[in-house]
Amino acid sequence: MSQPSISKSMTIGESGLAVVFAVTAFFCVIASAKALDAPFAFHAALSAAASVAAVFVIVNRYFERPAALPPQEINGRPNYNMGPIKFSAFMAVFWGIAGFLVGLIIASQLAWPALNFDLPWTSFGRLRPLHTSAVIFAFGGNVLIATSFYVVQKSCRARLAGDLAPWFVVVGYNFFILIAGTGYLLGVTQSKEYAEPEWYADLWLTIVWVVYLLVFLATIFKRKEPHIFVANWFYLAFIVTIAVLHLGNNPALPVSVFGSKSYVAWGGIQDAMFQWWYGHNAVGFFLTAGFLAIMYYFVPKRAERPIYSYRLSIVHFWALIFLYIWAGPHHLHYTALPDWTQTLGMTFSIMLWMPSWGGMINGLMTLSGAWDKLRTDPVLRMLVVSVAFYGMSTFEGPMMSIKVVNSLSHYTDWTIGHVHSGALGWVGFVSFGALYCLVPWAWNRKGLYSLKLVNWHFWVATLGIVLYISAMWVSGILQGLMWRAYTSLGFLEYSFIETVEAMHPFYIIRAAGGGLFLIGSLIMAYNLWMTVRVGEAEVQMPVALQPAE
Amino acid sequence: MKAILTVHNLASDLVATIWTPVFVAIFLAIIAYAFWPRNKAAFDKAAHLPLREE
Repeated sequence: MSQPSISKSMTIGESGLAVVFAVTAFFCVIASAKALDAPFAFHAALSAAASVAAVFVIVNRYFERPAALPPQEINGRPNYNMGPIKFSAFMAVFWGIAGFLVGLIIASQLAWPALNFDLPWTSFGRLRPLHTSAVIFAFGGNVLIATSFYVVQKSCRARLAGDLAPWFVVVGYNFFILIAGTGYLLGVTQSKEYAEPEWYADLWLTIVWVVYLLVFLATIFKRKEPHIFVANWFYLAFIVTIAVLHLGNNPALPVSVFGSKSYVAWGGIQDAMFQWWYGHNAVGFFLTAGFLAIMYYFVPKRAERPIYSYRLSIVHFWALIFLYIWAGPHHLHYTALPDWTQTLGMTFSIMLWMPSWGGMINGLMTLSGAWDKLRTDPVLRMLVVSVAFYGMSTFEGPMMSIKVVNSLSHYTDWTIGHVHSGALGWVGFVSFGALYCLVPWAWNRKGLYSLKLVNWHFWVATLGIVLYISAMWVSGILQGLMWRAYTSLGFLEYSFIETVEAMHPFYIIRAAGGGLFLIGSLIMAYNLWMTVRVGEAEVQMPVALQPAE
Repeated sequence: MKAILTVHNLASDLVATIWTPVFVAIFLAIIAYAFWPRNKAAFDKAAHLPLREE
């Protein structure tokens, strides 16, 4: 078959990006040579190597590809772009296991401090942000990018916008993770919780995130489906708000452009307020809005039922948008933050009960007429239990934001328990459920390698979560009560070290729970790997069935 | 300190105060849009969107 040959030439994107990366490599080499500190030299060298690799890959890809770019449609059906989705899904599983493992290590360090090994790189202070960033941004972030690229294409019936741009997003984002993670181990941090990466990593993430937004928006713009599906609204809110939060919390002046250290523009209580405006909305828009998008697409799809109430989903969306952004001050109860601001944060947090539970009811009731599937489909069970955990932790959160409750719970393990019922139960399970759906779809497989293994994953991980959160509840409330216990003479009844000692058994139970959760994720990784390796290919639907003209 | 009434002060006070009723109004409008009887059919169709793709 001879096709009319098109003269092959590089697109503007290909040549432009190759030149940009070549120039970047040049400057990174200079920065590496003039670096003021060793971690910065390492990161500059790593960036130079990555830039050179990027130039090579872009040029090589150009020589390998046919003259014409992939068509938007094949036989009247959208030619969906699955490559970047597969990459992100793979990285999600990889970072998930790494993040859970580091979590298990630091949980064990709290029970047995000798596991610090007296080395700076393995100390709790450096491994803790590695754990949080690995699970939230690396695991959760890759799940969100993979699913958002999938959902936006399918629900818009359009191929993902851009040729190199989606690849730039997925690879660039994971490079940010690499810089951030190695930085923590080497002691590079700007000491803002969940925003630890230093200025150069922040700048890189800004570029990647803007491209992510543009790819997502451009795909929506060329949609064939007139209606913009609710999941896309949630994804868009997640992408836009994370951009705003990132820019708001991170303006900093580096001491030198050749060094890693910088000083944040904000100071004092303004800095604290910016930090927790950022921190709480990272929970609200990264860990909630993004994963609610997953709920609104994957639960109906897996249950083969329509969304229970589309109207409720609209109210759910806008109520979250209007309320969440005000909840941050509840992280700063009884601090130098003005009292009225604390009360404002508390009030909005309590109001969040309504949309959160509205959303949970919407997710759960989507199973109307399909409840029996919970017995036979462990993937759906995982998704549904995740929504139940969403309801549970969004009940607990507003309760803890009430100032008198917070006076007992703040700075105790109760907070850790609360966070993990949301993180393991809601975000973890909804991500696992989405990956169990997404991998067979993206790799064009009939189904998963083994549903039995999904069942094992479900029960092992659920047991792990129950151990984790119940241990932290008991430990946290015990801690809070011991801190506020007075003797009849008005002295504090317990010294701090006595409260630490009392935590020991609960720390062991928590580590055991985390261990089970990690085992569950390893079962998942094996199952997904085997699905891709030996799974039966889905037979393509015949495309020739055209209605008579 | 005596508050001086200037156009600028008036404008900034207005901007600082007005967003509350404006946001409430926008939110009420969104609820009305979501529950407007005429929109029901379109939303019921949209609820099926994940099930009827490709």
